[in-house]
Amino acid sequence: MGRIVGLTGDEATAEAMRQINPDVVAAYPITPQTETVQRFSEFVADGIVATEMVRVESEHSAMSACVGAAAAGARAMTATSANGLALMWEICYIAASYRLPVIMAVVNRALSGPINIHCDHSDSMGARDAGWIQIYSENCQEAYDNLIQAVRIAEEEKVRLPVMVTFDGFIISHAMERVEILEDDEVSQFIGKYKNAYSLLDVDSPVTYGPLDLYDYYFEHKRQQIEAIEISPEVIQKIGREFKDLSGRYYDLMGNCHLEGAELVIVAAGSTAGTVKSVVDELREKGEKVGLLKIRTFRPFPAKQIAEVLRGVRAVAVLDRSVSFGAQGGPIFLEIRSALFDEIKPPAVVNYIYGLGGRDIGVDEIKRVYKNLERIAHTKKVDELVGYLGLRE
Amino acid sequence: MPSLKVLSRKKELLTGGHRLCAGCGASIIVRQVLMAAEDPVVMSSATGCLEVATTIYPFTAWRIPWIHCAFENSASTLSGVEAAYRSLKRQGKIDRTIKFIAFGGDGGTYDIGLQALSGVLERGHNLLYICYDNQAYMNTGIQRSSATPEGAATTTSPVGKAIPEGKQRPRKDLTRIVAAHDSPYVAQANPAYYNDLIKKVQKALSTEGPTFINILSPCPRGWRHDPSLSIQIAKLAVLTGVWPLYEVEKGQYRVTYRPKKRHPLREWLESQGRFRHLLRPENKGIMERLGKQVEEKEKSLLALAGEETSA
Repeated sequence: MGRIVGLTGDEATAEAMRQINPDVVAAYPITPQTETVQRFSEFVADGIVATEMVRVESEHSAMSACVGAAAAGARAMTATSANGLALMWEICYIAASYRLPVIMAVVNRALSGPINIHCDHSDSMGARDAGWIQIYSENCQEAYDNLIQAVRIAEEEKVRLPVMVTFDGFIISHAMERVEILEDDEVSQFIGKYKNAYSLLDVDSPVTYGPLDLYDYYFEHKRQQIEAIEISPEVIQKIGREFKDLSGRYYDLMGNCHLEGAELVIVAAGSTAGTVKSVVDELREKGEKVGLLKIRTFRPFPAKQIAEVLRGVRAVAVLDRSVSFGAQGGPIFLEIRSALFDEIKPPAVVNYIYGLGGRDIGVDEIKRVYKNLERIAHTKKVDELVGYLGLRE
Repeated sequence: MPSLKVLSRKKELLTGGHRLCAGCGASIIVRQVLMAAEDPVVMSSATGCLEVATTIYPFTAWRIPWIHCAFENSASTLSGVEAAYRSLKRQGKIDRTIKFIAFGGDGGTYDIGLQALSGVLERGHNLLYICYDNQAYMNTGIQRSSATPEGAATTTSPVGKAIPEGKQRPRKDLTRIVAAHDSPYVAQANPAYYNDLIKKVQKALSTEGPTFINILSPCPRGWRHDPSLSIQIAKLAVLTGVWPLYEVEKGQYRVTYRPKKRHPLREWLESQGRFRHLLRPENKGIMERLGKQVEEKEKSLLALAGEETSA
């Protein structure tokens, strides 16, 4: 049985990292991730982790060192935000294509410019095609739980892909919440030992990592990467069930709330899902048929499962905390709408961009979204496909 | 140091059949370096000629564990490998002694990879970084780098009517920049002086901490010379004072080889097509300036080494 403590998201992440006890952590400080790195540095300084910590001179080197460490058979972790993730960009793709199970906490922050240190999802959404598994967390507890599960998911033999676990900058990273922490030995038993069958340190059977791969093989290698991420949902679910046996907390590909019999549904990722949940509870008490679909794994995107749970729903509003400039809507909206395309009677789907650069979103705005959904369901007419919440216009 | 005869009996760790050009300095340097290593080596390479020519999938010329990640991060990638080694060794998960060597060309070291290299030096990783310096971006087709010497013609510093001299700026002195990091062992070497090179590699590998060797690497394509002359031209770089051989051990500079009489710079410039335009009468001034630069550099090196300047 674990213990209950008060932790911020950054601290919960550092705590998970302490219990995972990675062989190598290579990290660079950036707001709002900084406290994760600080706290973990204290664990290293006190000698309570076996980790070799590489205090790199940039995020580019952080991810490069993680690639080197994972290829050398070490369990490697890092954490970053926004511009830090952007600086890693090139190497994120390489980590995935080398099939290295690097684990990274991404504390969501608006990507410059103009420079802004507060939350939105432009950083991780921008990295959605890098080949990483992406898991979004609603609160400190989920950030902690997801990070521990991420180790197993990444290292599963048939998956072997890097995983990023995201949570909202400041809103979660700096907010103290009640977190249930597992025992150290429970975590180490759950994650097991990492064995890289192709370690660079196995000098008796030398391997070559990162050869030039031209038109005669590159495509097949990319297909294998696709296969790996396509297999991952069942692995994520299996590990979610095992994690429930251990902790009592169950994680699926998405988090559902009052979807049974729901006619009006909001889709959201990150801390906003929590805000929506409280509105759903309130409106449900009044007998309104509202629900929430919470995005957990954005990559892989569970399109089939989402289409199933939304069957029979009359109107859906997708909340996106990032923009895909020039696209038909935010990144989550595009996925959801596409997932519903083959439905015989798809619900009306609208998109709301919100919370850019840390702009707050409150229950009143969410109530207004449900009101709009009600009107859309009633009139069967969508006036505005993409709207903006909390924006001065 | 074992004799060359003994060393040459060692198993080649870079096999033949790779696609480097005839006369390329890189493979000669790699073979000399690996000859010098007594313990097993794990190597990283930056994107560049050495990487693309030795590893076109599904082939590899490497008989040692080898990783290429990207262009600017040979140093930081290997620092992760080395950190993994230290961690796993401390935890009792491995017991072998392994040495780590990062390779990068001048583009990947002087330019785009300088920050990653500087970070590795400051953090004190136990690895040897070798720059094979062929003085331009050769893999992409001979573009100027900050290692390109003043006066050299490259595809991005071509000789033109308005700019008759080619590259207008002197090269960056990377070896001294590395030495300024107070690394325990820093050296400059040349494949034409293989005894000196091998000795330096052995010294570096037996030194605790981050070590660095800058090795001049002839490139027949980029320097415009006959491939059969690579080693002779490399030698000229030392004889003319363009590429002095020295080491910096715990801050102490020492010239490891000094020609009895420095050859005129003209011999170096005449040996390669990239300098051909400098021999024209209108570029006489540049020639003189370059000659002065070599003298100045030699003077300052000898001063650092506490040696007398020859007349």
